[in-house]
Amino acid sequence: MIWFMLRRIASALLVMLAVTAIAFVMFNYLGDPVVAILGQDASVAQRRAVEAQLGLDQPLIVRFWAYLMQVLQGEFGISYRLGRPVVEVLIERLPATVELAATGMAIALVIGIPAGIFAAIRRGSASTRLLMGASLFGISVPTFFVGIVLIWVFNVTLSMLPSFGRGQTVAIGWWTTGFLTQSGLVALVLPAITIAVFQIAMIMRLVRAEMLEVLRSDFILFARARGLSEWRIFFRHAFANTLIPVITVISLQIGSLIAFAVITESVFQWPGLGLLFLQSVGAADVPMMSAYLIVIAALFVSINLIVDLLYFIIDPRLRARVAG
Amino acid sequence: MSMALPPSDPDTPAQITAAAPAPRRRWANGLLVSGLLRDKTALVAAVVLALLLLAAAFPAFFAPYQVFDLRQISLMNAFVPPVWIDGGSWTFPLGTDDQGRDILSAIIYGLRVSLTVGLGGVALAVVIGVTIGLIAGFTGGIVDAALMRVADVQLTFPAILIAVMIDGVSRAILGDTARAEAAVVVLIIAVGLSGWVEYARAVRGAAMVERRRDYVAAARLSGVGSAGIMVRHILPNVLTAVMVIGTIHLGVAILIEATLSFVGLGIPPTQPSLGTLIRVGNSYLLSGEWWIAIMPGIALLILVLAINLLGDFLRDALNPRLR
Repeated sequence: MIWFMLRRIASALLVMLAVTAIAFVMFNYLGDPVVAILGQDASVAQRRAVEAQLGLDQPLIVRFWAYLMQVLQGEFGISYRLGRPVVEVLIERLPATVELAATGMAIALVIGIPAGIFAAIRRGSASTRLLMGASLFGISVPTFFVGIVLIWVFNVTLSMLPSFGRGQTVAIGWWTTGFLTQSGLVALVLPAITIAVFQIAMIMRLVRAEMLEVLRSDFILFARARGLSEWRIFFRHAFANTLIPVITVISLQIGSLIAFAVITESVFQWPGLGLLFLQSVGAADVPMMSAYLIVIAALFVSINLIVDLLYFIIDPRLRARVAG
Repeated sequence: MSMALPPSDPDTPAQITAAAPAPRRRWANGLLVSGLLRDKTALVAAVVLALLLLAAAFPAFFAPYQVFDLRQISLMNAFVPPVWIDGGSWTFPLGTDDQGRDILSAIIYGLRVSLTVGLGGVALAVVIGVTIGLIAGFTGGIVDAALMRVADVQLTFPAILIAVMIDGVSRAILGDTARAEAAVVVLIIAVGLSGWVEYARAVRGAAMVERRRDYVAAARLSGVGSAGIMVRHILPNVLTAVMVIGTIHLGVAILIEATLSFVGLGIPPTQPSLGTLIRVGNSYLLSGEWWIAIMPGIALLILVLAINLLGDFLRDALNPRLR
């Protein structure tokens, strides 16, 4: 078991090393850092001096090692666009994205799971067909278009909800939250719904598919034969058995939530990491891009790792297989 | 395997693994058509998609105006609303934008750009994915392990983020002006490179099964090289899975392009795609000219919905993993 975990962790580290290497290549070969610092008209001597100062005259492997060490200490350089340390900006923007993504996911779970269960139980009914049609719609509609339509309806036409920004925030240590002010909560409504639409559709289809799969199995037939009530069968037997795959996929879905946050933040001018990333790409701000790449990769890889390890802890069959 | 279509559940998102390759069926096409005629939703989707493809292929025939011909647009016609709203007329059925361009025509030309990038990106992803999948599955060993490791790394990232990253890299290499000129090519590359993994995994699975079969050994004995066996014997067996993945991927690809264009990282306004049109229209949303953004958005939605409906149908009709 420890052997399995170590192997899993080693492979996660390998992925991180690969991503860091890509970021290193980007950082070094896209745009000229010396020009970025000195401008175009620097003399050769000045260039040499700066190159030596930055360590650019060292062999590649030495430089990669130095970069790796810097990254491990959270040192990502200075943003070309903002002229501030990348880490500082990242930390400042983090809370906005986390609060948006968490709220969106909560909405998606609260609506998606019951809808999925319903669609599996009332299979073939008119309301289920309507739900499934709506979910295909939810998967096909571009996230940014959901945002635009929501702004058009609730901001422009009905003047009910704000269409950009985070409202007023309260600082708790380095964290800023919009949960504690009214304007913050109101500003969260439209972006959170926008980011949730795709996830609702996704989770609903997933829960339904898993549930149908389980309902086909023999032990459900057996439970029916024992004369258990339908509700007991659906929730105690069927739903409980769909939980593991559903939890797995939903946690992996957090990764796609980051991607959807990028789009949603752009529509609503939400001051989070996603908007920052888009602005950095638009300005070819390479240090910012490589930092974002590494941070996001670290996030995804750790989620994957945690899910794998959890799976291993929850499911005794897996443990037995590895041990035997 | 029975001759009839699988009694499939129309909405079960079954995975396309192609681990068990479908037998060659000469009757597959006939079955597909009759299945399509029976499934009303899929039929409507197919007809709509065919119309959209036709309009994109021959925009000059379908569009009432040449939107890029400056002689045909006049600022006098700016901000005309759609026909069913007061002030609208049949001259511009879906209204006009800030420069007096007919929105219907702009949508038809935009459709062309969106579909070019979508189809081009899918084609590139198919070529990369199928090649890597065949090589990995057929060679096995270290090559397979290395290629699949790369696929795993890529799978940890959402495709849209990879596409944005590729766009950023292109911007840093080419500079803003050159990138804007090469936008369509850059986006095809971004979509292609961000979407090949699914194909590679499906094809690899099939190739690993096939290479142990007797007929492969027979072909090898009769002197057919590895490349020949891959192309002539294994490729035909994975085409069905590739087609299903490709249809579903086309919807995703068009959405990626539209999203990139909407956030300003995709196709520039000089040769707008649907996403670009929505981006441009978005700045008039707050002042009440909603149709400039909403109309292209609805067109995009119809396009992707039709593709996804058809993809669902194909997946259920052709899914090699029968239940």
